[in-house]
Amino acid sequence: MVQSRSKRFEKLRERDINKEVYVSELPELGLIVMDSPTDPKPSLEMRDGRIVEMDGRPEAEFDAIDRFIAAHAINLERAEMAMEMGSLTIARMLTDINVSQREVMAVFSGLTPAMIAEVMSHLNVVEMMMAMQKMRQRKRPYDQAHVTNWKENPCLLAADAAEAGLRGFAEEETTVRVARMAPFSALALLVGSQVGRPGVMTQISCEEALNLRLAMKGLATYAETLSVYGTIPSFLDGDDTPWSKGILASAYASRGVKSRFTSGSGSEALMGYGLGWSMLYLEIRCILMVKGAGSQGVQNGSISCIALPESLPNGVRGVMAENLVAASLGLEVAAGNDAMSSHSSMRKTAKLMLQMLPGTDFVTSGHSVMPRKDNLFGGGNFDAEDMDDWLVIQRDMQVDGGLKPVREDDVLSVRERGARAIQAVFAEMGFPAISDEEVAAATTAFCSDDMPDRDSVTDLAAADAFLDGDQTALDVVAALTRAGFDDVAESVLEMQRQRVLGDYLHTSAVFDEDFTVASAVNTPNDYEGPGTGYRVEGKVWDDIRALPQALDPHALIKDEALDPNVILEPIGPAGEGSETEVVVSLGPAFASVMNQTLADLSHADVLHAILEGIKSEGVSARVVKVWHGADVADIGLSGAQLSGSGIGIGLQSKGTALIHKKGLAPLNNLELLSMAPNLTLESYRALGRNAACYATGRAPSPVPMKIDNMARLRLIVHTTLLHHREVNQIDEGRGIEEMKVTFR
Amino acid sequence: MTDKPEIRYPLGVHHRDEISAKSGRPLRDLTLDQVQQGNAQPDDLSASTETLKMQAQIARESGYDEVAANLTRAAEMAGMPNVQILEIYEALRPGRSTYYQLLSLSQQITSMYGAENTGGYIREAAEVYRDTGLLKDEDR
Repeated sequence: MVQSRSKRFEKLRERDINKEVYVSELPELGLIVMDSPTDPKPSLEMRDGRIVEMDGRPEAEFDAIDRFIAAHAINLERAEMAMEMGSLTIARMLTDINVSQREVMAVFSGLTPAMIAEVMSHLNVVEMMMAMQKMRQRKRPYDQAHVTNWKENPCLLAADAAEAGLRGFAEEETTVRVARMAPFSALALLVGSQVGRPGVMTQISCEEALNLRLAMKGLATYAETLSVYGTIPSFLDGDDTPWSKGILASAYASRGVKSRFTSGSGSEALMGYGLGWSMLYLEIRCILMVKGAGSQGVQNGSISCIALPESLPNGVRGVMAENLVAASLGLEVAAGNDAMSSHSSMRKTAKLMLQMLPGTDFVTSGHSVMPRKDNLFGGGNFDAEDMDDWLVIQRDMQVDGGLKPVREDDVLSVRERGARAIQAVFAEMGFPAISDEEVAAATTAFCSDDMPDRDSVTDLAAADAFLDGDQTALDVVAALTRAGFDDVAESVLEMQRQRVLGDYLHTSAVFDEDFTVASAVNTPNDYEGPGTGYRVEGKVWDDIRALPQALDPHALIKDEALDPNVILEPIGPAGEGSETEVVVSLGPAFASVMNQTLADLSHADVLHAILEGIKSEGVSARVVKVWHGADVADIGLSGAQLSGSGIGIGLQSKGTALIHKKGLAPLNNLELLSMAPNLTLESYRALGRNAACYATGRAPSPVPMKIDNMARLRLIVHTTLLHHREVNQIDEGRGIEEMKVTFR
Repeated sequence: MTDKPEIRYPLGVHHRDEISAKSGRPLRDLTLDQVQQGNAQPDDLSASTETLKMQAQIARESGYDEVAANLTRAAEMAGMPNVQILEIYEALRPGRSTYYQLLSLSQQITSMYGAENTGGYIREAAEVYRDTGLLKDEDR
């Protein structure tokens, strides 16, 4: 056999989807997403009110993670009963609308890591989505923004933070390229976010101790940098233990700062310590540690390691399973979808649907409001250029993915105000000035290339002094007030007061624009099947469906009008002809209430071209109007049946035309020009010529047509509206009338 | 069942006027005017031990036992200065402390701050670290 290469495979190899690496499973290196052959089997033995054996390991062989989980994360009163239920029964409870979220949580509180992994192995992705819809902790899902820029320009950061607030993000996270800029970046994010929407929570991802200091200054309202790992060697590489991470959760809470942990499939394998266990089993150990530490939530879903599970079979399913496990254990879930997961937009979107459709507390752990090059989190999975795709998908599916449509002028005004507010704060607090030129650039910028350069040495020195000095968020409040930004000052101050109250330390807490907290405590997810839980309706649906680019359908087409350049006068009912002729039959709206085809050709010109074509072949033509129908086949065949030659041309007012022949079935025909938007006068002339050829027994070449499959996409609404006009003109009683045609 | 007054969540809606900051200053006194005149200190913006205990109770009653335990530790830590907290964190990191150093830290914060839960948490870590090799080298 001759070795050859397929041209189709060659094209496939060039596709985005094939820029990725796919590998088969290799459990000994931890390259397996679920159900590793060496995963422990579920077991639990208790004695004297304590766990003495778990997942096949006796207490004496417990590592520190097992010890932490056994001590803090498993409800000993429920454990034996829950373990006896069997994994399949528990899996079915997850998808059963007759079993409440709280009942499932009660069972999960008594399960060991291996048992939870076994429960997940029974579920396909649709079942996981059904379960997530019920197990999500907060009633309403939201989204989290990533806000950064390459130049670390505080003015642009504030403008982007303001836009993110306006777009509906409930949390905003920034990070730094140069760590010393952290105080200014946290400040710009705080001020900008409150301009965009009061009550948006903010955080800065930086080194743990610095993070805590910034939070203590009141410049950050939450933290999600507490990473945990599923094996002790990985933990030690991070210079922590379950107990040291756990105490940080208490430390943040003691300062009134919300925190969530970070974990995710693949990190242990990537660090070289997967120990032969599946990524999901390891992640379940992490999630149980998070729960045991008493954190209200976790950001998981593989996070920055996402490409690793996605290189393996059922990687996306395994990642969805980890989101679901966290929710089922009663944790807030910020569900990943933040780090670049694929070259292929189809693959990225498919993965996103698993979290977006059922809804998670935060559909992503960071959705970039800037273009990719300004994303300091290593390039976002979804960014500024994907915003409208996201909004249209929400509208298509009647789903709330956490964002709402915005108008360009509203975005510009909120960006300018965010930029002005940070400019004023810098001026009042004696930081390096932000110029009017920067404010103007930040308002309209695409990315940081559009920003003037700042003197970074001066900025960094001032940021150092701010961090080491006594100034706190209170000074920011005073500065905003002095500069006349009273409403922004009040929001920043209220964010500080909320630290005194601590309401937002609870599971899945966010604020609305009045700073009323919405958490799993006061707005629990009460989904129990159709008609319950969070439904996209009322104001939310009104917002989601009102895309600014959506038009009033009436605006798509011109008002009804006749064509002044051709006069059609009825001269009586059309009779059967006997000579060699072509009957041109027109749709009922032709030239009388409509005057243009979808290709913007005037009816006068089109009819003239057809008649010219017929005449050029020495054949006579007769024009009739068909009043009893609007279908092009019906119009054409009706004419052909009256034609002395048996040949007729049917012409709809929107421009679709065909050549029909007496005796053919209605949906059969000699030639059809279906692509009305692509037709030219020459097409119609050629159609006339060909009809004349058929009438005289010759066989012409079919009229050539330009094919543009996207035309239907662009013009389907226009087509619907224009055809509706034609249908409205139907007058069955009038039958078919012969027309005298006069061109002007 | 309980002789404690009923606590309704969110505190910001139902108990706003009764809440004071760690400094003892009533929250309602923390107005924009006061801040602008410079009459506010960082401790006016921190949660008190009492408030965090209330939040712990709310978490427990809502079925979030582990969150409640964390907020109980947080309530104890609300009374500790930043340096004390950073010291506890550092001591709990791997290989930083001997068994007896952890026990002594546990006793110290229990007696100084009445931090029984946090003290217990550190004591538990000491046992586990001893059994699983996470103590300072000399003590292994």
